[in-house]
Amino acid sequence: MKEKLVIIGNGMAGIKALEELLKHTPDKYDITVFGAEPHVNYNRIMLSPVLAGEQTFEDIIINDQSWYDDNDITLYTSEKIVDIRRSEKMVVSEKGRELPYDKLWLATGSNPIILPIPGNDLPGVITFRDMKDVEEMLSASETYQDAVVIGGGLLGLEAAHGLQLNGMNVTVIHRALSLMERQLDKSAGYLLKSKLEDRGITVLTDADTVELGGNERVEVLKLADGTEIKTDLVVMAVGIYPNVNLAQEAGLECGRGIKVSDRLQTSDPSILAVGECVEHRGLTYGLVSPLYEMGRVLAMNMLGAENDYRGSVTFTKLKVSGIDVFSAGSFADGPDTEDIVFRDARQGTYKRLIISDGKLIGAVLFGDVDEGPWYFQLIKDKDNINDIRDFIIFGQSLAMGVETVDPLVAVTALSDEAEICGCNGVCKAAIIDSIKSNCLSSVDEVRSHTKASASCGSCTGLVEQLLKFALGDSFETSTVKSMCECTEYTHEDVRRLILLKKLKEIPQVMQELHWKTPNGCSKCRPALNYYLLCELPGEYIDDNQSRFINERAHANIQKDGTYSVVPRMWGGLTNAKQLRAIADVVEKFEIPTVKMTGGQRIDMLGVKKEDLPAVWKDLNDAGMVSGHAYGKALRTVKTCVGSEWCRFGTQASMSMGIDLEKLTWGSWMPHKFKMAVSGCPRNCAEATIKDFGLVAVDSGWELYVGGNGGMKVRACDLLCKVTTKKEVYEYCQAFVQLYREEAHYLERSAPWIERVGLQHVIEQVVENHERRAELAKKFIYSQQFVQKDPWSERANGNAHSHEYEAMAKLD
Amino acid sequence: MTLNWISVGHIDEVPFLGSRVVETNNQDIAVFKTANGTIFALIDRCPHLGGPLSQGIVHGNSVSCPLHNWNISLESGEALGPDEGCTRTIPTEVRKGQIYIGLKENCHKRCVSKG
Ligand code: SRM
Ligand SMILES: Cc1cc2nc3c(=O)[nH]c(=O)nc-3n(C[C@H](O)[C@H](O)[C@H](O)COP(=O)(O)OP(=O)(O)OC[C@H]3O[C@@H](n4cnc5c(N)ncnc54)[C@H](O)[C@@H]3O)c2cc1C
Ligand code: SF4
Ligand code: FES
Repeated sequence: MKEKLVIIGNGMAGIKALEELLKHTPDKYDITVFGAEPHVNYNRIMLSPVLAGEQTFEDIIINDQSWYDDNDITLYTSEKIVDIRRSEKMVVSEKGRELPYDKLWLATGSNPIILPIPGNDLPGVITFRDMKDVEEMLSASETYQDAVVIGGGLLGLEAAHGLQLNGMNVTVIHRALSLMERQLDKSAGYLLKSKLEDRGITVLTDADTVELGGNERVEVLKLADGTEIKTDLVVMAVGIYPNVNLAQEAGLECGRGIKVSDRLQTSDPSILAVGECVEHRGLTYGLVSPLYEMGRVLAMNMLGAENDYRGSVTFTKLKVSGIDVFSAGSFADGPDTEDIVFRDARQGTYKRLIISDGKLIGAVLFGDVDEGPWYFQLIKDKDNINDIRDFIIFGQSLAMGVETVDPLVAVTALSDEAEICGCNGVCKAAIIDSIKSNCLSSVDEVRSHTKASASCGSCTGLVEQLLKFALGDSFETSTVKSMCECTEYTHEDVRRLILLKKLKEIPQVMQELHWKTPNGCSKCRPALNYYLLCELPGEYIDDNQSRFINERAHANIQKDGTYSVVPRMWGGLTNAKQLRAIADVVEKFEIPTVKMTGGQRIDMLGVKKEDLPAVWKDLNDAGMVSGHAYGKALRTVKTCVGSEWCRFGTQASMSMGIDLEKLTWGSWMPHKFKMAVSGCPRNCAEATIKDFGLVAVDSGWELYVGGNGGMKVRACDLLCKVTTKKEVYEYCQAFVQLYREEAHYLERSAPWIERVGLQHVIEQVVENHERRAELAKKFIYSQQFVQKDPWSERANGNAHSHEYEAMAKLD
Repeated sequence: MTLNWISVGHIDEVPFLGSRVVETNNQDIAVFKTANGTIFALIDRCPHLGGPLSQGIVHGNSVSCPLHNWNISLESGEALGPDEGCTRTIPTEVRKGQIYIGLKENCHKRCVSKG
């Protein structure tokens, strides 16, 4: 019979240790896991991004139910163990279940500290530890305005950031004189504080909470100096203490945590412990990387190896987008320590290295944290750094004598043993080997093969650099960074905040989101204009001056400053009247070039800007409207002749193309958007390299998405098959709307789909009927505001006439 | 060198964060207005490949060329950032809301027509 292993605690440390064990002996033990929470094993670290809306709970599941099933692990969720009967080698759960064990692991984590002050049990007073807390914060943000976070450490600041992104007014109350005082020195703490204040978070340091008041729910918070702060939610993030109750009651030796040996054994040889609940050599830990290290040692010892855990050096990174903070080792001043400090007030960067006895013992970085992993490695290696001391503050490439500061150079220079992913203990060589032997080409693949960047994600950039290093130019980095240099927010942040704060115009966005430049730049302004029009059609205020010249002038600028004019030819069809009007216009305005475009219509090139309105007038008179060949907008719908004429055609592709173009024309998009309809799988309209393509088959239509000709050819993915025209319309509208809402500005549908995954699009547009209907409805709603021919508005002199006329002519 | 100050239009005729063109018998001149209403003028030619700067996006005290997105300073006419090159600036003055540009003596004596 197999030996029985029981694990108490379904959290990060226990299950990591179990993964390690299974890696070596998949079926030596009969395994049972008890977890007090109702969930499968998830990544607690990522609760912050879930709160911030950057991820969902599903995204942060580490092992889902099928993992437990596949490994024959019995999992009891929502079932707390209340007693360990050591004499019988038996655990007892709160539901009365009794289970014998041969080996028992304690992985009970820790509990958040609740301040012993009056009012701490009022509704609306919570901590930040598990999914339940996140849910409570999210629901509070829907109903209430004001939140206070007590505690300006890592956890508290991540909570504050998340609550603010959810639209709440947030105050952080911190007892010490500066934020994150255990990880940061005063200067970095100060920079952090001003950064948060710039974003509109109020920060009170040196502030001691003495009481919470309220009737039904918390309403006010009182400080020792008498200040009262009105609030609807209080999040206590003031620290954690190891969860030792159970062990203590069972008579195991405990200090602050459950005492363990270097082999991770408790005072009872059949019971081992791992994680935050452990006290090892007098120390407890509250970050995953040491816990994972313990897990590896624990697993090896279960196999009879005699490995020792010797304690860990840790580093800290704050997971607040746009605020980069890194700290490792010790930064306390001492008689025998020296500092190297580097500041750039304008860039808002600060770096401090602490050296003792010729060795780097600590690093505090603010603003520019790229070199963090290198410093961390130096701290762990404890090598003498005197040789590189003069340059060490400038980072690895300079200090090591490499001239350029290309980040690629930095990863190239890292040693094979350099630890890239601190959480999961994955070194450079392991990643490179895995990329080569498994032919990996994306960060996601590296993540699933090596676990590098699978936990807190802060090493994603390095993993990307390694991919680039291993694959050369065939890999394109896609680090998610802020929108542009004018802001620290990412595209996603900006879009969410526009919605949450109901912002309607660009100056308001810049004001509310603390833009760093007075009026943005040529990158962010067009993006903001698009995000506003997409989120709030009919309400937002368009800013013509923030559109690229082509969209402002409704024609394409050419290299000599003249313009081109491309009228719509619905579905690629034209007729004698249109052709005659085009011929007349070409003669009348002496247009030098007339060309058939690759998009099945006619381009008139070399039109003088001042002639544009008159050219449009003549085209309008013959019933032609703008083809938006210049816009981040719906462009063309190419068709083949289809069943209307072709002997192979199965459906009427021309009329379908016209219908789709009538449905979608005028709509602004993150980038240009092209469609095509082919009448049979011979696919003469090249519908499978379009943003949205249709291929007719006997029984209906195949819908294709995410194709691209252009610079990087990508064939479409098949979205689904539908039978009726009505379905085609609805799926098309829903897909377009999803793309409009999710893609970054200037991201074509192809890279967007690669980023979010086809499965996500299928779930939203195909599988979820209500969602599809809702998306289509939103699209139809926004179309009413844009289906007006911009040419006729201008040809009649009704809009922006100054755009086409010189202000003065001098002789 | 003496300058000839020529009135080219009212300040309200130039949109904020935008520009208007003044045509001359050799080169077009682009007249810009920043967000706070300051007027600048440059020869309407990008130092890169001659793009019409008047058609660019104005931000801060610079304009992004519509052709390849170089950033040109409205104050100095110089390309900003990594790019190198310079476009000639034209002195401007605003008196009672009227924009004047300063051109060298003997050319451009008067304004012949106004759009
Ligand atoms: C006129 C036309 C070439 C032609 O004579 O056939 C054309 C002309 C230009 N294309 Fe195109 N593209 C034209 C069809 C295409 C096609 C073919 C198609 O649509 O079936 C493609 C590949 C398919 C695709 O987009 O997936 C194409 C891929 C591009 C790209 C690369 C896009 C990409 O995602 O990689 C650019 C660059 C960009 O948009 O950033 C581009 C950009 C341009 C620009 C706008 C360059 C510019 O920024 O000034 C050219 C404007 C010329 C003008 O002033 O009219 N054009 N371009 C075609 C106009 C079609 C129309 O009726 O509207
Ligand atoms: C919001 C947040 C952000 C964080 N960010 C970071 C970060 O960026 N980097 C980092 O390194 N660390 C971070 N941490 C800390 C990290 O999550 C913890 O160090 C880690 O989860 C501890 O793992 P553990 O297994 O010891 O405890 P846990 O993950 O808490 O697991 C313990 C589990 O045991 C269960 N349990 C307890 N008692 C019993 C019982 N009697 N019976 C059954 N089940 C029981 C608990 O319900 C819990 O699910 C963060 C933590 C939080 C809350
Ligand atoms: S292929 Fe290049 S040169 Fe030709 S139209 Fe497209 S962008 Fe211009
Ligand atoms: S012509 Fe101005 S950037 Fe190229």
